[in-house]
Amino acid sequence: MIIPSPVRPAFEASDRDDAVIVNIGPSHPATHGTLQVIAALDGEKVKRVDVHCGYLHRGFEKECEAHTWHNLIPYVDRLNYCSALINDFAYCEAVERLMDIEITPRCRYLRTLLSEYSRIADHLTCIAASLMEMGAMTAFLYLVMVRDYIYEHLAGLTGARVTYTYGRIGGLARDLPEGWLERLDEILEQYEVFVARIHGLMDRNRIFIDRTRNVGVIATADAINWGFTGPILRSTGAPRDLRKDTPYLAYGELDFEVPVGINGDNYDRYYVRMREMDESVHMIRQLMEMLPGGPINVDDRRCTFPEKHLVYSEIESLINHFKLIIDGPRVPAGEVYAAHEAPNGELGFYLVSTGDGTPYKMHVRSPSFVHMGGLARLLEGYQLADIIPTFGSVNMIGGECDR
Amino acid sequence: MAATIPIRTIPASGQPSSGRHAAFEYLSTKKDELVGWARKFSIFPYPFVTACCAMEFMAVSSTPYDTDRFGAALPRFSPRQSDLLMVVGTVTHKQAPILLKVYEQMCEPKWVMAFGVCATSGGFYQNYATLLGIDKIIPVDIYVPGCPPRPETVIDGIMRLQDKIARSKHPILTEKF
Amino acid sequence: MAAIFDTLQQALGAQALDATVAHSTLALRLAPTELLGTAKRLKSEFAFDLFLDVTAVDWPGQQPRFEVVYHFYSTTHHVRVRVKTRVPEEDPGVDSLVALYGSAHFMERECHDMYGIVFRGNPDLRPILLYEGFVGHPLRKDYPKEREQPLVRYRT
Repeated sequence: MIIPSPVRPAFEASDRDDAVIVNIGPSHPATHGTLQVIAALDGEKVKRVDVHCGYLHRGFEKECEAHTWHNLIPYVDRLNYCSALINDFAYCEAVERLMDIEITPRCRYLRTLLSEYSRIADHLTCIAASLMEMGAMTAFLYLVMVRDYIYEHLAGLTGARVTYTYGRIGGLARDLPEGWLERLDEILEQYEVFVARIHGLMDRNRIFIDRTRNVGVIATADAINWGFTGPILRSTGAPRDLRKDTPYLAYGELDFEVPVGINGDNYDRYYVRMREMDESVHMIRQLMEMLPGGPINVDDRRCTFPEKHLVYSEIESLINHFKLIIDGPRVPAGEVYAAHEAPNGELGFYLVSTGDGTPYKMHVRSPSFVHMGGLARLLEGYQLADIIPTFGSVNMIGGECDR
Repeated sequence: MAATIPIRTIPASGQPSSGRHAAFEYLSTKKDELVGWARKFSIFPYPFVTACCAMEFMAVSSTPYDTDRFGAALPRFSPRQSDLLMVVGTVTHKQAPILLKVYEQMCEPKWVMAFGVCATSGGFYQNYATLLGIDKIIPVDIYVPGCPPRPETVIDGIMRLQDKIARSKHPILTEKF
Repeated sequence: MAAIFDTLQQALGAQALDATVAHSTLALRLAPTELLGTAKRLKSEFAFDLFLDVTAVDWPGQQPRFEVVYHFYSTTHHVRVRVKTRVPEEDPGVDSLVALYGSAHFMERECHDMYGIVFRGNPDLRPILLYEGFVGHPLRKDYPKEREQPLVRYRT
């Protein structure tokens, strides 16, 4: 049975008669899900690359237009599924800005702490996967072990291991359980033990350096032109980080550094992510000291569900609860763009509301999608075998790229 | 085709319905048990990974929820060399031709696991882009629900698939034996 | 932050139909013909070097129907600007920004895929999130959410 190709390629074999056209993906162990790279090769060198994404396009924006502002939080979770909490909080902040709600101090610090925790989980996954694809199986097993501790720990808080649906408009789903912060301390110590081993295995490893130094190099001006943000932009030497440049949540009060690279190659991206994880641990330790008491959810009837015992006894709370579930929270008409520093770069939500309980338009500015536009710059001119480490260091997450 | 469990009718007389000698039936059953045992403990999965379930797939392949204990650790990224197609994550209409191509390239005996609710039924993505369950295009042997399923659920799924493989008939020499 | 917005409003306000600041973003509404000129000025004079996003909003009851929305970020001033234009359904075309920003290639392809906005000057408007043979533009309000266009025939 002849199965037609879903998208026609940018170049045909006939235009380049000395080139071999190789198709990598979309079902490939190292394409992190679903990406197709069609490469025209001259021997082992990659002359031209055509990147095809969209194999995981699940209709996120259309689906969100059919759900209330609260009900679509599970969809938002599954964008960058490695660090699902950051997606939740970025979305909730966008809606809170549109509704003019100020979250409580405890919620602010807790969201910051959980964002950094998610950042650690994401970087662990990225580094583990890219090291495994280069053959370092041991490093993968160590890092995934730490990530598993983090998943179980977050399951104790939110109820799920990977996609949490924990953020709520105006606050969070529930408060920290007993003993959660003590376990967090233990996990951070375990993290340091394991990461020290990875540093020992990888940093001065001759094979790793040969495969990643001076591979996938990009300069700062080029990176900004092609829309790169996050660790990729920082690896070129530009200290651009939304947490420092436009502080949000509690980042303005924390003491942390922004690691930058030198060359803009794969090694720098690996090292920037390792250092960012260390900075995240430092931030989490500060936040554990600074965490204030108080309520988690803001006391605003427009978005916060009333207490269950009130719902069952008072008619006003019952109607409030009913309206919030059936119609959704009423968000005033207007538009907003709010961005957070996700582990991949700038994750922005552009929301348009017409005063209803469901969004009129919900758009995600996803860093992975923009990076795929610039991926050709990182792959052309290098060898076929370099496609895998470069692609791993860019950390394309299919759910975010294709939405 | 996926392994199926045949239904045998026991006729009233008590003789085997195929009319063959009882010794042949005994040998055939023992051969099926032996081959089933060998096949179930040496599964080579092809992880057809697309979305968030990949996180749990990575977790279930490594410590502490090891699939190596079940003999199912070594993934083979060529469909010719693998026998379990694990469809991990959402399959969209754009990806569907690729899934069908990979399934058809696999050799017999082969089994298919629908890992996660998106592969089982489309999950909560009921819209223009998603294929609402991979069983619309390929036959599925075991459905593992969850969004994403906990690693224990996946291991339960693998164990039930192993039971299914153990119970089924494995014709190796001829079509009937 | 207010200072740079004042500068922008003075410099670009003449060509814009509207310039408002809301939720710490300056939103400029322009005619489609002013778009490329304004984007060039934003990049060269005011250092808005990072092109964040282009998307569209479908207002089916209104004329012109589509509102194309651009977001720019300045890595030196740390502020964002939103630029909006309206294009009608019969001729949904705007000028492409590929000459200014490399990131415009993929983002304009996506907007074309989802809404049908034609970006004049973009050499490659192939489907990116959808596939060849998909009829229609799904994020338009008149496309029903559940209408699937399968590529592989279903087994019965």
